[in-house]
Amino acid sequence: MTAAGLSAPGAPRRRRADRRLLGLAAALAALLVLNVAVTPNFLNLQTLAVNASQVATIAIVALGMTLVIASGGIDLSVGAVMAVAGALAPLIFLSPWGVANPGPGLAASVAVPLLVAAACGVFNGALVAFLGVQPIIATLILFISGRGIAQVLTNGNLQTFTNPDFTWLGTGRVLGLPVQGWIALALTLVIALVVRRTIYGRQLLAMGGNARAAALAGVPVARVTIATYTLAATLAGLAGLIVVAQNSASDAARIGQLMELDAIAAAVVGGAALTGGRAPVLGTLLGAVFIQLVGYTLIANGVPDEATLIVTAGIIVAAVRLQDGRRRG
Amino acid sequence: MTGGGLDLRRFARPLGGGVHLTVWVVLALLVLFGTLRYENFASAYNVSSFLGYNAMFVLISVGMCLVIMTGGIDLSVGSVVALGSVVAALLSPQGLAVALPAGVATGLAVGAVNAALIVGLGLPPFMATLAAMLAAKGLALILADSGTVPVDWASDFTGLGMNTVAGLLPWTILIAAAVVLVAWAVLERTSMGRTILAVGGNAEAAHLMGLKTARALVFVYVFSGACAGLAGVFLASGYGAGQPLEGAGWELAAIAAVVVGGTLLTGGMGSVPATVAGALLFGLVFNLLNFENGRGTISLSANWQSVIRGAFLLVVILLQVRLARPGGRA
Repeated sequence: MTAAGLSAPGAPRRRRADRRLLGLAAALAALLVLNVAVTPNFLNLQTLAVNASQVATIAIVALGMTLVIASGGIDLSVGAVMAVAGALAPLIFLSPWGVANPGPGLAASVAVPLLVAAACGVFNGALVAFLGVQPIIATLILFISGRGIAQVLTNGNLQTFTNPDFTWLGTGRVLGLPVQGWIALALTLVIALVVRRTIYGRQLLAMGGNARAAALAGVPVARVTIATYTLAATLAGLAGLIVVAQNSASDAARIGQLMELDAIAAAVVGGAALTGGRAPVLGTLLGAVFIQLVGYTLIANGVPDEATLIVTAGIIVAAVRLQDGRRRG
Repeated sequence: MTGGGLDLRRFARPLGGGVHLTVWVVLALLVLFGTLRYENFASAYNVSSFLGYNAMFVLISVGMCLVIMTGGIDLSVGSVVALGSVVAALLSPQGLAVALPAGVATGLAVGAVNAALIVGLGLPPFMATLAAMLAAKGLALILADSGTVPVDWASDFTGLGMNTVAGLLPWTILIAAAVVLVAWAVLERTSMGRTILAVGGNAEAAHLMGLKTARALVFVYVFSGACAGLAGVFLASGYGAGQPLEGAGWELAAIAAVVVGGTLLTGGMGSVPATVAGALLFGLVFNLLNFENGRGTISLSANWQSVIRGAFLLVVILLQVRLARPGGRA
């Protein structure tokens, strides 16, 4: 495992983070072994591809959520931001201009939604950083109105389309595995490096650990906060694009619904603590995969869909409980 | 921070006093505006359907208010409303005397689980109630067999949600008002109420002072769960079905109402009456928009309503930031 240092500097914490990640990896391995034993047709590429394509968007959003949680915040707006980005993309490439200029139209239908998503993040971050609004309240605003904006944009209509270039983002395969799976994997590695190796990463962890001390030590708290929410929202926007590409349809009312909860769950199972100061990026990916695989295991073995909610609840409780046994608020 | 919060309570008057009074003023102005502008706004039908629907939001908002005063949060209320409605609908053939207590008890039980996770296991309230939210939703779906559960119209169950006193006040809003009074009395008149605020101000200090902090925490989560369970009974009784998929996002509406009521999420201060006003204010924004649409001068689709609600929340938060700064509170 190369997890050492993913968490904040300091040997004891590093070891604890290592153990947590190892524990999660062991649980995941046990689950895999169990599946090989009991689930029919588990060991084939199709199973892997299905799971990878389902978990990718959750993992991508959860990566951003992990950073926000590491800053000591929370982002409830990610699902709504997904809806905004997902509603915008077809509007652009289906517009007369987009149809007349397929190349630039495609580029714009990826770039513009991502920029709008980033703007949502700037809005969230500015409320938190400059006005001191609590993250849960600041992001509640876009949670409430973001989906409404997406529905206003599309008039509440379901937009269906055929655009093979765009849908490649959600249905394409590279080396037999879905494109979005590779994207999630690549983003995990990049963000893990950003947290470990960049000044931003250090500042983020310092700020999440103790914002006041970090500010006194010269960390540009406002800038780091805004950057973090912007990154999270941009990742959510990307996930929104992928969902729309996957379905060849955009339904603003449904894209990314309850995604904030899935993402928070993945981050927490991966070892993030709501108190901030910890950004277990690899753990988040494993957490998302773990929750996905538990759900798949149950459904593939005939357990009703609804029961997986209860099992997920149990996993969350166990994960938070196991984190470090320290009592928190 | 603690001192500021407790000091403010000295101004507590029946409506909440101080900053909290603003919410009532805005609410009164909006009601006046609606009455003058729309001919049917003050009609018995509109008043009673508005109050009947918003009784549920008043209930969950008041429960949420107490939780937030302790510095916690309860994300499970929306799912508990759904679960309560399913349980009540399933038991509706037995009549109101069985279905009502059963729905409340269901909420109470979820609240007790929340309390056990938070007080007993030391989980952060956000995560504990998030888990409870998922579990309650799963349970509601399983009990309802993933569909809506029709109520028994032959029993007296629907009387609760559909009958009104003097053709104006629904029973549900009267019961909700009674619950609000209880919450207010507990907060203002009992040592438990003091402890709730002290925990929110500084849990460690409150504990060291020998206050029964655990008891206060258990109380607020159980109370919030029971309020949500009761709201679920109202839902099933007033709208004729147990609805396992209803209530999604209601917890956030409740949080928004609490925030609009001027209660800070950091805990240690707040006002039950102002929270009620906050909940009614959100409902009123919807109601007014519907009337405005009805006049035909503007045509805002339902999609706009959530945009406007979000914008409204933003304005309130910006106002609060301004109000909070000069006094140096929080």
